[in-house]
Amino acid sequence: MSSYAFDISHLLAGGLVLVSFMMIYQDRMYALLNTFALQAVLLGLAVAWQAFTQEAPHLYATAAIALVFKALIVPWALHRVVARMGIQRTVETVTGVMPTMLAGMGLVALSILLMLQLTEAAENALAREDLAFALSVILLGMLMMVTRRNAVTQVVGFMSLENGLILAAAGAQGMPLVVEISVAFSVLIAMIVIGVFLFRIRERFDSVDTEALDAFRGERQ
Amino acid sequence: MTGALALEATLALPLGTAALLALMPGYRVGAWINVFASLVTFLAATSLFVLERPAPGNFLLVDDLNIVFIVLNTFVGLSAAFFSASYIGHELEVGRVTPSNLRFYHAMYQMMMFGMNLALASNNIGLMWVAVELATLSTVLMVGLYRTHEALEAAWKYFILGSVGIALALFGTILVYLAAQPVLGEGTPAMVWTNLLVAAPRFDPAMLNVAFVFLLVGYGTKVGLAPFHAWLPDAHAEGPTPISAVLSGLLLNVALYAVLRFKLLMTANAEAVAPGPLMIGLGLLSLVFAAFMLYRRRDIKRLFAYSSIEHMGIIVFAFGIGGPLANFAGLLHMVMHSLTKSAIFFAVGNVAQIKGTQKLDQIRGLTQSHPALGWGLVLAVLSIAGMPPSGVFMSEFLVVTTSFARMPVLAVILVFGLLVAFGALLLRLTDVAFGTPTGEDHPMTGSLLPLWLHLALIYWIGLHMPQPMVDWFQTVAAILG
Repeated sequence: MSSYAFDISHLLAGGLVLVSFMMIYQDRMYALLNTFALQAVLLGLAVAWQAFTQEAPHLYATAAIALVFKALIVPWALHRVVARMGIQRTVETVTGVMPTMLAGMGLVALSILLMLQLTEAAENALAREDLAFALSVILLGMLMMVTRRNAVTQVVGFMSLENGLILAAAGAQGMPLVVEISVAFSVLIAMIVIGVFLFRIRERFDSVDTEALDAFRGERQ
Repeated sequence: MTGALALEATLALPLGTAALLALMPGYRVGAWINVFASLVTFLAATSLFVLERPAPGNFLLVDDLNIVFIVLNTFVGLSAAFFSASYIGHELEVGRVTPSNLRFYHAMYQMMMFGMNLALASNNIGLMWVAVELATLSTVLMVGLYRTHEALEAAWKYFILGSVGIALALFGTILVYLAAQPVLGEGTPAMVWTNLLVAAPRFDPAMLNVAFVFLLVGYGTKVGLAPFHAWLPDAHAEGPTPISAVLSGLLLNVALYAVLRFKLLMTANAEAVAPGPLMIGLGLLSLVFAAFMLYRRRDIKRLFAYSSIEHMGIIVFAFGIGGPLANFAGLLHMVMHSLTKSAIFFAVGNVAQIKGTQKLDQIRGLTQSHPALGWGLVLAVLSIAGMPPSGVFMSEFLVVTTSFARMPVLAVILVFGLLVAFGALLLRLTDVAFGTPTGEDHPMTGSLLPLWLHLALIYWIGLHMPQPMVDWFQTVAAILG
C-alpha cells in the first residue's frame, strides 16, 4: 500500500479519537451534538476511504449511512428533542472535566499499547493502527456514558462508541456483514432517539444509576 | 419433510407470524395465533431430532449442541405463550395495557422467538450477533409495555446496558474475524463456526485471548453475570410476567450459548489462554453476590430475578470447570433452571393478579387460600432452591461433586453460595406460602397448566432421567470438551 493511502486513513481515524476528546469537554448540549455530527462526518470519510483502498464497494453504503443518518438526521432529531422537551442546555457531569480527560488519556494509551502489541504479527499496518484508534474511540464513548448524568448525553456517548465499532469493522480487511451491522446499529439508534422523545425520558428520570432506581422500587425502606 | 425444511420452519414461522400479528386486530385472536404458531414452531424444532440434518451452510447450522437449546427455547416459548394467552386479558381489564399495546406485544413476542431461534441456529458469528441484538431489542420493547415510570426506567436501563454489552460483543466478534482472516482468507468463510473450529489451532492466540475477554464481558452482560447484571432485576420485575419467564428461561440461555461457542474456539487453540478460570471466577462471583442479595428483596419478581443471576453463575461455573461430567451438569442445570424458573414466573404472575401487588410482605398464606397455585409455587421454589428429588438437585449435586474432586477450595465457595441462597429462598417461601392468608383476593385468570406441566417434567427428570436424554447430554458434554 502506498504511504499516501496509509497517511490519509491514519489521519481520519486519528481525527475520530481527537473528536472523542472534544466531546468529553463540551459543556453545552448543542455544542455536544454538533461535535458528534463532526465525528460522524469523519467516520463517513474514513469508511469511504477504506472502501476506496480496499476496493470494497459495499463499504460505501456504510459510509453513506454514517454521513446521512448519523451526521445529519440524528443530530437534527436530537436538537429537536432537546428543544421540544426543554432539556437543560448544559451537560451535567459526574466528575469534573480534568479527571475525565486524564482518564480518557489513560484509556487511549491502554488501547494503543494493547492493540499494537496484539497485532504485531499482522502484515497490514493499516488494520493495526485502525484497530488501536477504534478501541480508543470505543473506550472514550464508554467513559462518556459513565460520566454523564443525562439521557441525551448518554445516547451521544453510545453513538460515539458505535462509531468506533464501525471504524473497526471497516478496517478489518474484507469483513462480511459490515453493512448489515451498520444498518442494525442505525435501527438501534433510531429506536433510542424515538424512545427518548416518546417517553420523555429526561423528565422521568435522568440517570441509569442503580442506586437511584432502587429507591423507587420499595427495595429500600 | 426434510431437516432443512424443519429448520427453515423454526425460523420462518415466528417471523411470518410476527408480521401477521402486527396486522391482526383483536388481542384474543392474536393471543391464540401466538400459541398456535409457537406450537407449530416447537413441533418443527423437535422434528430436527429425528430428521436428517441439513449440511451446515454459511449461515445456518444444526448440530448436537444447538438442537438442545433450540428445542428448549421453542418449548418454553410455547408454554409461556399459552400462559400469556390466559393471563394477558386481565392486564387489559385492570387498565395496565391497551388493545393496541397487546397487538404490538404479540407481534414482538414472535419477533423475539425469531431472534432467539436465529441466534441459536446461526453458523456465522456476525449473523449470531445481529440475531442476539434483535432478540434484545424486542424484549426491551416488551419490558416497557406498561408505560409506567418504573417500566420505562427498567426498559431504558436494560436498553443502555444491553447495548453496551452487545457493542463489546461486536468488537470481540471483529477480533475473532481478524484472527481468522490470515488463516481462512477474507470474506464470509472466516466468520463461519464450522470453519473457525477447524482452523482455530492456527489462529493467533493473543488475538483470540483479547477477543474472548470482550465476548465474555459483552455476552456475559446479557447472561446477567455479576458485575454486569444491573439491568436484569429491573427488566424482570417491571415487564409483563410471561416476558419475565421468557427472559429468565430463554434469553439468558441464548447469550450463554454464544459464550459456550466462543469457549470452544478458545479450547481448540492450545496456545490461547484457558477460558475456564475466567468463567469460573465470574460464575462464582455471580452466585455468591446474588445469594446475598436474595435476602434484601421485597418484591417477589425481583427475588426470583436475583435467583436467576445465581443460577446463571452456577451454570457458567460448571462450564468453566469443563470436562465431561461438569459439562453434563452444566447442561442439565441450564435445562432445569429454564423449566423451573419459567414455572415460578407462571405462578408469580397469578399471585400478582390475586394480590394486586408484587410486594412480598403483602403476600401470605397462599397454600391455604389457593391450594393448587400455592403448592405449585412451593414445589417450584423447593426445586429452584435445590431440594431433592427435583432435577435441579441432581445437577447441583453433580456440579458440587465434580468441583470437590477437581478444585476443592472453589467447591467450598460454591457450596457456601448455594446454602446462602437456599436459606433466603426458604425464608421467603415460608412467609409467602404458609400462615394466615392476608391481603386482597382478586380472581385468578392465568392458567395453572403450564406451571404443573413444567413441575411434572422437573420432578420426572429428577427422579428418573430418561436414557435417551442422558445419552444425548453425554454426547454434547463431550463436544464441549
